Amino acid sequence: MARRARKERPVQGAPTARDFKGDVNPDWCAGCGDFGVLNALQGAYAKLGRGNHDHLTVSGIGCSSNLPGYVKTYGMHTLHGRALAVATGAKFANHALNVVVTGGDGDGYGIGGNHFIHTMRKNIDLLYIVMNNETYGLTVGQASPTTIVGEQTKSTPFGNLETPLNPVAMAIVAGATYVARAYSSDGPKLAELMYNGMQHKGFAFIDVISPCVTWKGGARVIFDYWKERVQYLEDHDTSDRAAALEQAVKTGHETQLGLFYHDTSRQSLDQMEPVLENGPIAHQPLGISKEQGDAIIQKMM
Amino acid sequence: MAKYDFVIAVGGAPGQGIDSVGQVLTRICARHGLSVFTYSAYQSLIRGGHTFLTARISSEPVANHGDKLDLVIALDRNSLETHLPHVAPGGTLIYNSDDVKAAPERDDIQLAPLSYKELSNDTDRKKIMLNVCMLGAAMKMVGGDLKVFEDMLTVQFLKRKGQAVVDENIGVARAGYNHAAENFTPFDTQFQKQEPALAVVDGNSAMAMGGAAAGVKFYAAYPMSPSTGVLHWMAANARDLGILVRQCEDEISVVNMVIGAAHVGSRAMCATSGGGFALMSEAIGSAGMMEIPIVVINVQRGGPSTGLPTKTEQGDLWQLLGASQGDFPKIIVSPTSIMDGFDTIPELFNLVDKFQCPGMVLSDLTLSMGFTTFDPDTINWQPEIDRGELINGPVELDGEYLRYAITDSGVSPRAIPGTPGHMHVVATDDHDEDGGLISDEFTNPHKRRDIMEKRQRKMEGIVELLPPPTFEGPEDAEVTLIGWGSTHSVISEAAQMLTETGLATNHIHFKWLYPMDEDAINEVLAKSAYSIIVECNYTGQFARFLRSETGFKADSHIRKYDGEPFMPHHVVDGARELLNSKTDLYVPYQEIVV
Repeated sequence: MARRARKERPVQGAPTARDFKGDVNPDWCAGCGDFGVLNALQGAYAKLGRGNHDHLTVSGIGCSSNLPGYVKTYGMHTLHGRALAVATGAKFANHALNVVVTGGDGDGYGIGGNHFIHTMRKNIDLLYIVMNNETYGLTVGQASPTTIVGEQTKSTPFGNLETPLNPVAMAIVAGATYVARAYSSDGPKLAELMYNGMQHKGFAFIDVISPCVTWKGGARVIFDYWKERVQYLEDHDTSDRAAALEQAVKTGHETQLGLFYHDTSRQSLDQMEPVLENGPIAHQPLGISKEQGDAIIQKMM
Repeated sequence: MAKYDFVIAVGGAPGQGIDSVGQVLTRICARHGLSVFTYSAYQSLIRGGHTFLTARISSEPVANHGDKLDLVIALDRNSLETHLPHVAPGGTLIYNSDDVKAAPERDDIQLAPLSYKELSNDTDRKKIMLNVCMLGAAMKMVGGDLKVFEDMLTVQFLKRKGQAVVDENIGVARAGYNHAAENFTPFDTQFQKQEPALAVVDGNSAMAMGGAAAGVKFYAAYPMSPSTGVLHWMAANARDLGILVRQCEDEISVVNMVIGAAHVGSRAMCATSGGGFALMSEAIGSAGMMEIPIVVINVQRGGPSTGLPTKTEQGDLWQLLGASQGDFPKIIVSPTSIMDGFDTIPELFNLVDKFQCPGMVLSDLTLSMGFTTFDPDTINWQPEIDRGELINGPVELDGEYLRYAITDSGVSPRAIPGTPGHMHVVATDDHDEDGGLISDEFTNPHKRRDIMEKRQRKMEGIVELLPPPTFEGPEDAEVTLIGWGSTHSVISEAAQMLTETGLATNHIHFKWLYPMDEDAINEVLAKSAYSIIVECNYTGQFARFLRSETGFKADSHIRKYDGEPFMPHHVVDGARELLNSKTDLYVPYQEIVV
């Protein structure tokens, strides 16, 4: 696989999306929706204007989770389903980093479902981008938590019996403070949602419809399918949680896109944590002073 | 002065304040300069059941709960009936005469009844202070200083409950003390004050303190007995010490958060018990693969499955050895005493930082939930901190940075995210020197071999730094007792008892369990006579491990797996019986059943 030089490009003036192009070329199938997500993310990183080394991109396992290798930032390609937990630890250890988590629907809503709920509840300051293709692509096409009822897959040859989960509604209920849905083919809008999500202090979540061209009947079929079904939210008050939920539960395969919910009133957990007031703990001197030790001993006498 | 060695036990129902009376008693002894080790036998019940606290008090350092009960305080009828036979001949049993139908019968001990109704003026409010009243009586009989007792009650209750509660407690303590002065015969040997006054700590707190001293800045946990004490200490001290403490949704999250925090440059730690550790296994392998230094404490309880939540065992050794699929460098250490737990954490952090791999601490309920005393002047709050080859600031790069550069030592300089010029991706897939996935190249077998050998070379460096097992006792012994981890004190004492009674016995003890240096260990094992491996599990986990690593096959085994820790006489009896019998296994009988 072709690799480019690893060195950080000395940024002359404002960085561009090109500056965030990674060392490895994606191994995704030609036409995969994830390319649109990758391009938009590189654009959003560039727009933020910080150095490449100030970002940490964390993923789990799956087709879309290969993404950290394709952007020029620090990256972690963690275990299947565990990206949010790892990213939470990384954010707490150095909250000055911009931490972005990427992955797929199986990774995030299936095996990682418990972390998904609790990371939102805790309002950790992360941007979480799920490339939702409604299938397990890397394991060659089984049903995922978002596969629709009746769909025939390799694990549901007689049609899926299970109701798919609604990630947007779930996020609003679980406590995420920035909740959006996007479509991978609309790059500019996706990049804007990502950029705003990075700027948001708290848990920002974007469920991106990112069609699989291999296990969903081919590129033409799947993109045509979605093109007819997506439309942007209109006249919607993003600060109204109940209204956001009302819109979200309407969302099925006739889906609405855009920002559903944005709560700027709640602090993120790192903002509430007094221990972080002196700056990132990763940069604090190690150990404790003799005075601190003596104070501990005093309580033990 | 002759050695003072005395055991006080307190039995009662949960809710009768056994824990707090245990804390007060331990602190009284510590203030007298006496060493204490406590073991609390309890049940996994929210209410009801029975708790039995054993406190061994000595003029010399003590680290197990001993063999005999000199003075038993029975807070309820159940305890009286259960523990009447356990009091050593010549000992004393204090009980509440209001609570019994017929007086207990034993003519070789002193039966010491007190009517709490009379002593407390029969107020309901004071019912919960029965423990303090009885401890007052006990203090009189062992020659404890009443003023110290009153001071410790103040320490225990003033902050949380206020002066009125302190005064009431002091009132009933004096009532018990005076009642004993008038009615009971004191023990021949009495408390003697000695310098210095000691501090009191439990095993979980000691390991948490060791973490703080080592520079842990991130601690995560999911509550699980008997490891939860580490979380409680960390949470209570977090803000004073600048440690970020998080309770997570499950142990999978716990260890993955720790990995994230460690990768970004923080020293990070977590603790759990066997079931939680099982959930962490996959991630421990990922720390091995990504070469991220973390410390995971496993406080063993009885297994398998939910097992015995409130009972002890050394049953997780093979779980740790086998934690996660595939081969990767890791370190396993088993502290040999409560204060060794304090020292072990900084030692292990230096090793995992140096070799960029997961380190695991194998404690158990006996060690973690036991209390001990220590001389505050002997504690080292500033242990050496060695972070190994860490890049966390600007450095001149000669060429491109390779996170997994192939080196002779296997250790590659580790840059943390946020450092300019060192960007890389760490991956749980196997990877090339620069972090790129090998699997992207149709699994290049040569690169895979190189990177696997690079990682495993670190084991050679680790093994050189791990001290061999300790050897104590006469060289020309007839019997060698071999143990690991928390049983150090109990085996050591058994070896002494055997030697003193004519059967020369020495003792080999393992703290650093993995990796094992075959030659260095065999050199120590070569000194052994008739060898007996003593451990707290059914299948002889350590015996099998030692054999697989060194080829050493012990002559026989003493194993306990009933949930209760060894007492020294269990080992003494076992050694004698094994020497004189054709069997190679002795399973001690647990006399004190709670």
